[in-house]
Amino acid sequence: MLLTRKSAGGAVAPQSRLTRSLSGVLGKTIDRRTFLKRSGVSVGAGAVATQLPFNMLGKAEAADAPAGKVEVKRTVCTHCSVGCSLDAVVENGVWVRHEPVFDSPINLGSHCAKGASIREHGITADSHRLKYPMKLENGKYKRISWDVALDEISKKMLQIKKESGPDALFLVGSSKHNNEQSYLLCKWARLWGSNNTDHQARICHSTTVAGVANTWGYGAMTNSYNDMQNTKCALYIGSNAAEAHPVSVMHMLHAKENGAKMIVVDPRFTRTAAKADEYVRIRSGTDIPFLFGILHQVFANGWEDKKYINDRVYGMDKVREEVKQWTPEEVERVAGVPQEQLKRVAETFAKNRPSTLVWCMGQTQHSIGNAMVRASCILQLALGNIGVSGGGANIFRGHDNVQGATDIGPNPDSLPGYYGLAPGAFAHWAKVWNVDLEWLKKQYAPGMMAKSGMTVSRWIDGVLEKNENIDQDSNLRAMIFWGHSPNSQSRGLEMVEAMKRLDLTVVIDPYPSATAAMSAMVRKDGVYLLPAATQLETSGSCTASNRSLQWREKVIDPLFEARTDQMIMYQLAQKLGFGDQLVGKKDGKQSIKLVKGKGGMDEPEMEDTLREVNRGAWTIGYTGQSPERLKAHMRNMHVFDVKTLRAKGGVDKETGYDLTGDYFGLPWPCYGTAAIKHPGSPNLYDTSKSMMDGGGNFRANFGVEKDGVNLLAEDGSHSKGAEITTGYPEFDHVLMKKLGWWDDLTEEEKAAAEGKNWKTDLSGGIQRVTMKHGCHPWGNAKARAVVWNFPDGVPKHREPLYSPRADLVDKYPTHDDKKAFWRLPTLFKSVQQKNKDIGKQFPMILTSGRLVEYEGGGEETRSNPWLAELQQDNFVEINPKAAADRGIRNGEYVWVSTPSGAKIKVKALVTERVGADTCFIPFHFSGWWQGQDMLAFYPEGAAPIVRGEAVNTATTYGYDSVTMMQETKTTLCQVAKA
Amino acid sequence: MARMKFLCDAERCIECNGCVTACKQEHEVPWGVNRRRVVTINDGVIGAEKSISVACMHCSDAPCMAVCPVDCFYRTDDGVVLHDKDLCIGCGYCFYACPFGAPQFPQAGAFGLRGKMDKCTFCAGGPEADKSEAEFKKYGRNRLAEGKLPACAEMCSTKALLGGDGDVIADIYRERVTRRGKGSEVWGWGTAYGQGKGGSAPAPAGAKS
Repeated sequence: MLLTRKSAGGAVAPQSRLTRSLSGVLGKTIDRRTFLKRSGVSVGAGAVATQLPFNMLGKAEAADAPAGKVEVKRTVCTHCSVGCSLDAVVENGVWVRHEPVFDSPINLGSHCAKGASIREHGITADSHRLKYPMKLENGKYKRISWDVALDEISKKMLQIKKESGPDALFLVGSSKHNNEQSYLLCKWARLWGSNNTDHQARICHSTTVAGVANTWGYGAMTNSYNDMQNTKCALYIGSNAAEAHPVSVMHMLHAKENGAKMIVVDPRFTRTAAKADEYVRIRSGTDIPFLFGILHQVFANGWEDKKYINDRVYGMDKVREEVKQWTPEEVERVAGVPQEQLKRVAETFAKNRPSTLVWCMGQTQHSIGNAMVRASCILQLALGNIGVSGGGANIFRGHDNVQGATDIGPNPDSLPGYYGLAPGAFAHWAKVWNVDLEWLKKQYAPGMMAKSGMTVSRWIDGVLEKNENIDQDSNLRAMIFWGHSPNSQSRGLEMVEAMKRLDLTVVIDPYPSATAAMSAMVRKDGVYLLPAATQLETSGSCTASNRSLQWREKVIDPLFEARTDQMIMYQLAQKLGFGDQLVGKKDGKQSIKLVKGKGGMDEPEMEDTLREVNRGAWTIGYTGQSPERLKAHMRNMHVFDVKTLRAKGGVDKETGYDLTGDYFGLPWPCYGTAAIKHPGSPNLYDTSKSMMDGGGNFRANFGVEKDGVNLLAEDGSHSKGAEITTGYPEFDHVLMKKLGWWDDLTEEEKAAAEGKNWKTDLSGGIQRVTMKHGCHPWGNAKARAVVWNFPDGVPKHREPLYSPRADLVDKYPTHDDKKAFWRLPTLFKSVQQKNKDIGKQFPMILTSGRLVEYEGGGEETRSNPWLAELQQDNFVEINPKAAADRGIRNGEYVWVSTPSGAKIKVKALVTERVGADTCFIPFHFSGWWQGQDMLAFYPEGAAPIVRGEAVNTATTYGYDSVTMMQETKTTLCQVAKA
Repeated sequence: MARMKFLCDAERCIECNGCVTACKQEHEVPWGVNRRRVVTINDGVIGAEKSISVACMHCSDAPCMAVCPVDCFYRTDDGVVLHDKDLCIGCGYCFYACPFGAPQFPQAGAFGLRGKMDKCTFCAGGPEADKSEAEFKKYGRNRLAEGKLPACAEMCSTKALLGGDGDVIADIYRERVTRRGKGSEVWGWGTAYGQGKGGSAPAPAGAKS
């Protein structure tokens, strides 16, 4: 007999929630999506009643607040670039519940472990956050006030600037800042007078950005996670999406259920590989042999898209020559891929078009990363897969706003929007910023304004390198870590040496981060910790990997004594003498208005900051995404189609804004002003659509011909409906006049556009009129299979600096050493030659990667008990054979040593996931130092729950020959029982 | 009345643990108690690795219910198996009986003393009044009473874990199996809900286990 003491109430609502949560991933229900009523989002009485919480913590915290005030705030998860929305239920200012947003076309309510536990950010009991400003005194962190902290820091900074110039400071920004904050920080560095600023993109996808932009236009994901639903075959190489971008896999698995093939290429049999139709194991660092091996098969069988190559690609014939050497035999010898498998994979990928290629840090973090990513691009060009729905180079970015911070944030080689550092770029931005250009020039040390700064991957050498070898006056003396973990950078042993030598270290972060503990381990004073707010404690936009911008509402006020990043930027700027410039206050005008933030203190308004971005970032179409449009999208997610991201219709109730035709989040480029309503570009370079429908073509950025060969697109190749039906150069005032389009500009536009081009015309008139004629403002050219301005114009395989294959080093040697590269001498061949036989001593390849529970350096996620419980120890994956040969059993502690001289203590995870020649260690850990727990060095109560050995304590030297990306994916190690 | 069920689609589960933390945060489950876990078999073995999310399956003929010496289990009209912590003596017999390892025992107090049993409630609370503070403290939130489904299933990253009316779930799963042309075996379905011989537990097409 069944006891039924209680009824759970009607099941009607749950049933509709079930179908709603699945709509969009089920063919059958996809059309029902827009008809289903939303619940749990609207703040109607009924919805609120179902969300009334009983959270005891919440009640205690909110004792002073008026009772019963429940709000629903829509925000976006801060843990990766997929951009999953969530609804935060806030009662009396306390975040009490997390409800899924089924309406989001990106995540349909889904979350991974990190997203599902994000509410921990709002919990104050037993929080591991940095709670108030602190200062290192006699080796211990002591609490100080904000006033004292800002005073002391700014005085020291000004002293260093006076003694050693502005380039003695290195400012590490963050890909976790929202667009507005990263944009402000980019400006902040320049107002300080230096290009020595960088952020996580350097060590994440810098090789992609440089390699891909130089190939065809923009260095970004061409399509979207959603568009993968349209693919017939996806090849993941160096991407473990199931752990790094879990929600994206939902779209892929849906495609797979509809017959798409899935291939995963990786040294590890990852959780992503476990879902694939075919898994290909390659030796770490042999991406080019594999990709060119595929291309060899493509050419041998005539599978390439000949018309596409003729019309839209430059230099494929030169690639053909290089590819000839990558016979199946040679690929097997170098990469270890069986010949039959290579042929099978090539055929699957070539014959199931549109096929898409996905890559991540497995491909980018190499000393030849820039060439590897271009090999990927070339394969896709050969197959005609770029500019096609279901195809594309789906480059998954890492942090939640690493795309946005790359686009408009603190980069050492560019002002916002990839304008570079040329005098014209400064003139353009100074005008947008409402800052006096002559004043700005005076902030820089002589001759340093146009010189790219150092990179975050090399700051340690900026401190340690002999002064005569560096390309700036002073060595680095001060570091600001503004939301960046040091354990994500390689060469840990040398890093603590650099930390020891600094005169000033400032950590601005919600968590004290490993910087605090590593510094306290090696020095007694000179370190300041400032508590920053999280992205859930401020508002602003963030750019997902697919280039869609989403607006976050502030969920809660900054906890403890934390202040928002924009407030700290403004307050520091005031102390340093450029507060007015930061908000563009000059000649009775102010570009960005100030609003009252925490404690009634001033901070730049995020909406107004985005409007300033809109006024200046014409190159990449960050101009059409006004805060009003973005907010309308967030309120009306249900009108956007999951497969196309497009709104078929819909009007925002609050503003009357018509959403029809917009793509979700106005994926950049969204050209022109917001008024002309460009819908955003869902798939880049797509000639099947007209410009005002989000179509496009490759960029004319490299001249009109090269050695007599036409670089512009051939006749008949153009975006749909273009009035110019062949290739054409980028638009400026001269071309406009030649074509007779100049008079389409209004008088005001003419005044602004005279002497300008599509990138510098602040009226947007050139872009508007060009697109009215169906043409692309940046011209219409061929993609470059040969990037002649890079060290290897045609990508070439080169063995890593620490190669396990001494027999291959002579045939595939690395580059020559470079003397002054991003201001620093950079070694290639001398390191490789010196270590040619190091494989005898360190026979195993050491590679690193992600775990689903943690993010980045991991201090934040390892401080979250719901996540920390799931991964309590750092470990090394080692093959059963390698383990048995060394007498190592599963779960035992082992020492992993590398040629850097470091050894780290981790647990052995004996698994066939890695081959017998490879070890894998996740990179999210810190808080142990070569076997010692660093707990004593953290500020009291702010150490993460789980601590472990950082793999980068042991990683070795090695940097990309274009972007200074660090080599972390291929080095060598030995493993021994502890 | 609906018959509530869980189904985890092993072809879709990527072991992201989203279900685990969704549960943890929704009910503020303490460290050490895992109402839901993701189990991976043949971890790292090429071609053989499969993951599955496991919690109380709310069995039709629940072994826990059969063996409980104090008869603290009961079933709701929706087929959700719940228990009364005021009656529970923390003996752990249900843990012996459960084929899924669902019952959890907090390590509260000295000597690892077992506390009252805790398990997945299908987000349906306990015997106390719906949505009351007492219910939340003992069992966590009652989402079904709020017109919502279990947090784990609602937030599953790949829609592998389905939770809700068994008929609807079976339809969804059947469609996936048809599209794939394979993989109709559903881990645990047969054990928890029977083989679909009449009654309210229709197994998806071809369920074996």
